[in-house]
Amino acid sequence: MQIALERRPERSNTLAVLSPLLAVVLTLVTGACLFALLGKNPVTALTVYFLDPLTDAYSLQEIVVKATPLVLIAVGLSLCYLANAWNIGAEGQFLMGAVAGTWVEVSTHGSDAGAWVLPAMLVVGALAGAAYALIPAVLKVRYGASEILTSLMLVYVADLFLDYLVRGPWRDPQGFNFPTTAEFDPVATMPLLIEGSRVHLGAVIALVVVVVTWITLRRSLKGFEIRLVGAAPRAARFAGFDSDKLILFTFAVSGALAGLAGIIEVAGPVGHLQPNISPGYGFTAIIVAFLGRLNPIGILIAGLFLALTFIGGEGAQITLKVPLDLTKVFQGILLFYVLACDSLVVYRVRLIRTHRKAAAHGIA
Amino acid sequence: MGLLEAIILSVLAASTPLLLAGAGELIAERAGVLNLGVEGMMIMGAACGFAAAYVTGSVVLGAVCGILAGTAMAAVFGLMTLGLAVNQVATGLALTILGIGLSGLIGSGFVGERIVGAPHLYIPLLTDVPFVGRILFGEDPFVYLSLALVIAIWWFLYRTRAGLVLRSVGDNHASAHALGYPVLRIRMYAVLFGGACAGLGGAYLPLAYTPFFVPGMTAGRGWIALALVVFASWRPGRLVAGAYLFGAATILQLHAQGLGLGIPSQLMTSLPYLATIVVLVLVSRNRGTSGSAAPASLGTVFVPDR
Repeated sequence: MQIALERRPERSNTLAVLSPLLAVVLTLVTGACLFALLGKNPVTALTVYFLDPLTDAYSLQEIVVKATPLVLIAVGLSLCYLANAWNIGAEGQFLMGAVAGTWVEVSTHGSDAGAWVLPAMLVVGALAGAAYALIPAVLKVRYGASEILTSLMLVYVADLFLDYLVRGPWRDPQGFNFPTTAEFDPVATMPLLIEGSRVHLGAVIALVVVVVTWITLRRSLKGFEIRLVGAAPRAARFAGFDSDKLILFTFAVSGALAGLAGIIEVAGPVGHLQPNISPGYGFTAIIVAFLGRLNPIGILIAGLFLALTFIGGEGAQITLKVPLDLTKVFQGILLFYVLACDSLVVYRVRLIRTHRKAAAHGIA
Repeated sequence: MGLLEAIILSVLAASTPLLLAGAGELIAERAGVLNLGVEGMMIMGAACGFAAAYVTGSVVLGAVCGILAGTAMAAVFGLMTLGLAVNQVATGLALTILGIGLSGLIGSGFVGERIVGAPHLYIPLLTDVPFVGRILFGEDPFVYLSLALVIAIWWFLYRTRAGLVLRSVGDNHASAHALGYPVLRIRMYAVLFGGACAGLGGAYLPLAYTPFFVPGMTAGRGWIALALVVFASWRPGRLVAGAYLFGAATILQLHAQGLGLGIPSQLMTSLPYLATIVVLVLVSRNRGTSGSAAPASLGTVFVPDR
C-alpha cells in the first residue's frame, strides 16, 4: 500500500471550515484511547477534561484568563506564518515583555506614582517584546541566519535573564528568599472587569486586537501584502513588495503582541514577576494559530479551546491523578491532526496498492 | 587525574549527544527534509532509554529502546511531511511539543531513580598510559560509536552510489524523480535514520552522561544539533569539529562557574545558546547569499505527479 496525493482542482471551502473540527474530534478519540491505556475510564476522563470546566463559573472565567495570552500571541504569530516568517520564539518575547514591564513597576514601586504606571508598563512591555523579536528578524534579513533557530535560542536566554533578575536585583526583601518580586502596587495591576471576578482588562485588549487584525488583514494594503508574500512570493516581488521589510514588520508586530501578553499576565493573574509565569503559552500559541487557520476569528475560538485543555488538565490532575504532561501530549496530537487535516483541504488522499503486492494477492 | 585531562574527558562526553543527533539530522537534511523535531525525538529517546535500562538493568537495551523511540517519532514525522505533504517546519514543532509531553508522561514514574551508567572502556596498559590513555582508550562506548557513525556517514555520502542518490534527492527532487528514483521512499529512510540517531543521542544523556532521568533533560540540545548541521555546512567532518567546539564551550562555562568569578550563573548558562546565535550569524554571513551550502530542495514539499 502506498499513499498518493492528488491536488484538488479547487480548494474545498466546506473542508476548510470542517478540517479544524475534524482535528478536534480525532484528538478526542485519540485522547480516549490514551486514557484507556492509562487505565482510566475514557468517558469519565474526557468529561473531566473537556466538559467539567464548562459547568462552573470559576472555571469559565479561568478559561478566559488563560485564553487571553494565547489569543494575543497567536494573532501575532499568524501574521508571521502567513508571510512565511517562522517566529517560534514567542515564549521568549512573552518573558521579555513581562520583564520590561516589571521594570517600570519596580522603578515606581511604593512611590506615589499615579494611574499612568499601568499604561506605561503595557507600552514598555510591548516595545521590549518587539525589540526582542527584531533580533532574529534582523539577523535573518542582514545575515541570512535561520530565524527559526535564533528565535528559539533566545527563549532560553530570556528565561535565564528573568531568573537572574528575580533571584538577584529584583528579589523581594520581604519574600522569605523566594525568587519573586514584591506584589505589584494597585496602580500597576490590571483592573478586573467585574469586582471579585478573575477576568481582567486583558481579555478586552485581546478582543480588540482580534478585531483590528481581522479588519486590517482584509481591508488594508498591508494585509494584502502579508497574504500575498506568503501565498505567492514571486508575484509579490513583481508587485514591488519587499519581503525583507515584511519579515521585520511581522516579527515586530508578533513580538509586540507577545510582549504585551507577557506584561498583562504578570500585572494581571500573577501579580508579581517570578520564574514559571508561563506554562508554555508561547509554544501553545503556535498550535492556536494553526488550529485557528491563521485567521483572527478562528484564533479566538482556538484560543478558548486550548485554554480549556489547560484548565481540564489541571482538573484531571487533581481528580484523576494523571500527570500534567498529558495536556502537552493532547496539544501535540492536536497540532498533528490540524496539520494533517489541512492537507486534506488541498489534496485528495488515495491509497494505491503497489504492483508487487497486487500481483502477490492475485486478482481473481 | 589532572584538570586538563578531566576537562577533555567531559568535553568528549558533552559533545557526544550533539554529534549523534547532528549526524542523523545531517542525513535527513541532505535528503532534503528539515526535521525540526530533533529535540522531541531526543527527549523521547532519553525517557524511553532510561525506562528500558531501569526495568531491564541493561544499558544496551536502553540504547536500543532509545533508538526505537526516536525512530517511531520520526516515522510520524515522515508520514505527515512525506505522506501528506504537510509543512515540515510546523510538523517538526508539533513533534517537539508531543515529544516533550510524552516523555514527561513516560518518565514521570522514573524521576529520582538511578541506574548504573554505561561502563567506560578499559584496556590494560593502554588505558593506563598517563594523560592520553584515558582520553583515547577509556571513554564510554557511545563516544566511539558516534565517531564511527560520522565516518560511516562520510563514506556513505561521498563514496557510495546510494549516497550520491540521497544527495541528488536533496539537491533537486524533481530531477531525481525524473530519473526514476523513489524520492519519497529515500527521504523516508533518511528521516527514520535521523530519528534513530536523535533517539540514541537522547538516550546517551541518562545512560552515560548522568545516570538518572529529569524531565526536559535535553535542555535544547536538539535545537543546538540543528544549528550544528548548519554550522557544518552539511558536511560530516565539520560536524565533528562543531560538536567538539560546542561541547568545549559548554564545559568551560561550567568550570568558569566553579571558579566563582562573580559572573551570574544564569549568564554563563545562557552562553551556549548565545554562542549558537553568534555562530549561525557568522556562518551564514560568510557564506553570502549566492553560494549557500544548504541542499537546494531542503524543506520543500514534494508531491510526485503520476
